Amino acid sequence: MKKLVTLEIDKKQVKAKEGMTVLQAAKEAGIEIPTLCYHEELKPYGACRVCSVEVEKGGRVRIVAACGYKVEEGLVVRTRSPRVDKIRRGIVELIAPTVMANKDVTGEIKKLANEYGADIHRFESRFRATPMRCILCGICVRYCDEVVGAHAIGFVGRGIDRRVVFFPEEAKACIECRACADICPVCEIPCDTDFVVFSGFSVDDWLARKV
Amino acid sequence: MVNKKLCSPEEFEKLRKDILSKKDPNRSIVSICTMSACGQARGSLNIYQRFQEEIKHAGLEGKVEIKGTGCQGFCEREPVVIIFPEGIYYLDVSTEDVPEIVSKTLVKKEVLERLVYKDSVSGEKVAKGAEIPFYKSQSPHVFGNNKYINPRDIGDYIALGGYASLHKALFQMTPERVIEQVKKANLRGRGGGGFPTGLKWETTRNAPGTPKYVLINCDEGDPGAYMDRSLMEGNPHSVLEGFIIGAYAMGAHQGFIYIRQEYPLACENVEIALKQAEEYGFLGEDILGSGFDFKVKVHRGAGAFVSGESSALMSAVEGKVGEPRMKYTHNAVEGVMGKPSCLNNVETWANIPLIINKGANWFNSIGTERSKGTKIFSLVGKVNNTGLVEVPMGTTLRQIIYDIGGGIRGGKKFKGVQTGGPSGGILPEQYLDTPVDFDELTKLGSMMGSGGMVVMDEDTCMVDMARYFINFCCDESCGKCIPGREGLRVLREILTDICEGKGKEGDIEAIEDVAELMKDASLCAMGRTAANPALTTLRYFREEYEAHIKEKRCPAKVCKSLINYYIDPERCQACMICMRNCPVGAINGGKDLVHWIDQEKCTKCGTCFEVCPPRFSAVKKISGEPVPPPQRTKVIRKKGG
Repeated sequence: MKKLVTLEIDKKQVKAKEGMTVLQAAKEAGIEIPTLCYHEELKPYGACRVCSVEVEKGGRVRIVAACGYKVEEGLVVRTRSPRVDKIRRGIVELIAPTVMANKDVTGEIKKLANEYGADIHRFESRFRATPMRCILCGICVRYCDEVVGAHAIGFVGRGIDRRVVFFPEEAKACIECRACADICPVCEIPCDTDFVVFSGFSVDDWLARKV
Repeated sequence: MVNKKLCSPEEFEKLRKDILSKKDPNRSIVSICTMSACGQARGSLNIYQRFQEEIKHAGLEGKVEIKGTGCQGFCEREPVVIIFPEGIYYLDVSTEDVPEIVSKTLVKKEVLERLVYKDSVSGEKVAKGAEIPFYKSQSPHVFGNNKYINPRDIGDYIALGGYASLHKALFQMTPERVIEQVKKANLRGRGGGGFPTGLKWETTRNAPGTPKYVLINCDEGDPGAYMDRSLMEGNPHSVLEGFIIGAYAMGAHQGFIYIRQEYPLACENVEIALKQAEEYGFLGEDILGSGFDFKVKVHRGAGAFVSGESSALMSAVEGKVGEPRMKYTHNAVEGVMGKPSCLNNVETWANIPLIINKGANWFNSIGTERSKGTKIFSLVGKVNNTGLVEVPMGTTLRQIIYDIGGGIRGGKKFKGVQTGGPSGGILPEQYLDTPVDFDELTKLGSMMGSGGMVVMDEDTCMVDMARYFINFCCDESCGKCIPGREGLRVLREILTDICEGKGKEGDIEAIEDVAELMKDASLCAMGRTAANPALTTLRYFREEYEAHIKEKRCPAKVCKSLINYYIDPERCQACMICMRNCPVGAINGGKDLVHWIDQEKCTKCGTCFEVCPPRFSAVKKISGEPVPPPQRTKVIRKKGG
């Protein structure tokens, strides 16, 4: 059996199994930390940074992603602080233009925007591309890899040109599955699309058709 | 095939003596930088070939050795030809110079005055390399052997004492003792971060789990930097020797060399070096009969700057996409395949044989209190002597740029120096006397980085420069995390707007806000530092940002949207040169008629500015002020006409 460690999350003493992440320990203690790219069935990915929290150890304070940082004896975690809130607000402001359709955001992003007082229109004018709604959380990609094992979706491009595409050869076989469509948290991979057209089409193209 | 494998220290010693006995110290050697990509681009291969022909022609075959070496540092004046044993440096050599070098210098031992270094101030001629100002202030411990070595001949390296440190480590030192020496030497990682190398080694050695891996990071990709490339091209065995010693110290039996595909010559030379090292028993099983095994695999990287980040590099080595992963457990504990792994930069590895050979005390005698040893910089940009320079840590920026670099090109004024690549910053004139070491540069908001040093003159717009580096990161980052990807996107747009004259109140604050978020919340070090070029330019050149935003003026007159070209009617001599050269026909006027630019048609390409004869200097760049109306009918009466 794994050793238990005691840590403090938001001034609350919490016991957690060694090897657990701060996010898991907080959840067990009934403390909610927001996430966008986290999924219980998948390995931590650390891309959205919305789960950023402040941790203090030996007098040193730093910002870490709760989804990947493991619990430690005596660790002090603050899931809300001016610095943490500012980070979450900033992330929502940065990602909002990508998600916006009809000049608004929906779902989890909207909830976060309200909670952290984010101005979703702040960087709208700086966004020169068409909103693609996909926030590149990679849940579909990782689910298809880690759980389904089909490896039919992947990232292409890098930097600001990164996007998700289906690999035509692999995607031919995935007509029945639809796991990626059901699991997409924000951008709703269109479940009603004719899955036969998978080949050669990117998520963006689909979304463009749907909108 | 002859079996060359050395199975004992005695055999190694015998080989070394053999090699040395065949070397005649008085024999003439012509050393040409054919083993550097830029040397080749400047025609060094043709010069090499010409030497072969001329030497044959002069009947000197067998008496003179022609050696193709790696980069010799003084890239501004390459191709450089060095004549040993005299140590005469000929600069800017062309194939036409070769017959005379052979007939005069090699046959008659005369120095060809016209090809040696000439001091631009005193006019004094300097033939000996060590006396040329560019080389005089350097301490080339790591890089200096390049000129003596054909990187494709392991014998050259052994002749200079190569692999003696490996021999010493394997037979006279325990792995713990090797690590202790590296720790005592206070060697810090040359790839940028400056993490103590010995500590990294110790953590890797003590981490539970086997196998352990060691890796060489040769994914150098900063704009303007080519130190690692030149070491790999010019002296790959020095890197390999350090690598093998490290593997022995950490108990690793498998190593990976991550090298960028864009460095074909470095890739080729390192493969050859590996093959030779294995033939001679410095690699593979039972190295020199010590019982220690070590194998190395080369991984050619397909090119994103972010792949040089340690966790990204390890992902790439595993065959995955080269993008960073969360690294709350050190790579030294969980790296490649989740096993303890130690990644060091090319230059860090190349320092190891020196430390083992000369000792930690010797290494500690060079440098500053917290940064020991030397550092290789690629000195580029608007400086007179571009090239690779190796100086002790603590040398000031001024010494590097002025004493070694010979000051700013074209008598212009120094404006800033960019250190640390896209993660670093641009430092202004007031910090020229800063001693260059890890901590001093970090204090100023820049960083040492791997050693890129781009010098900028007064004609550089700092907002445009920040935009350039941000743009670089937009393309060369992975795009995985939101702060990194979207932060860079927004920074790029804001900076572009400012450069295009569309900057507005609040833009500076927005840059600072986004930069802070990136610093706090990005996934990897690249994301956390990517905003540095914008932050340091804001810190040191804020007034330039303000001029762009408030006055719509580019003080350096670089940003096209904010400048106009204008012909001064008082200076124009109606020579028609600009009119004929303007690609869009925007210049009006004619013979004996003062020229003027149609601002509507002008594309601001700058051709007129360049072609206007300097004695007239009639074409001006103006920014932040209205263009004076043209004097369409002004007639010029030619002087003396």
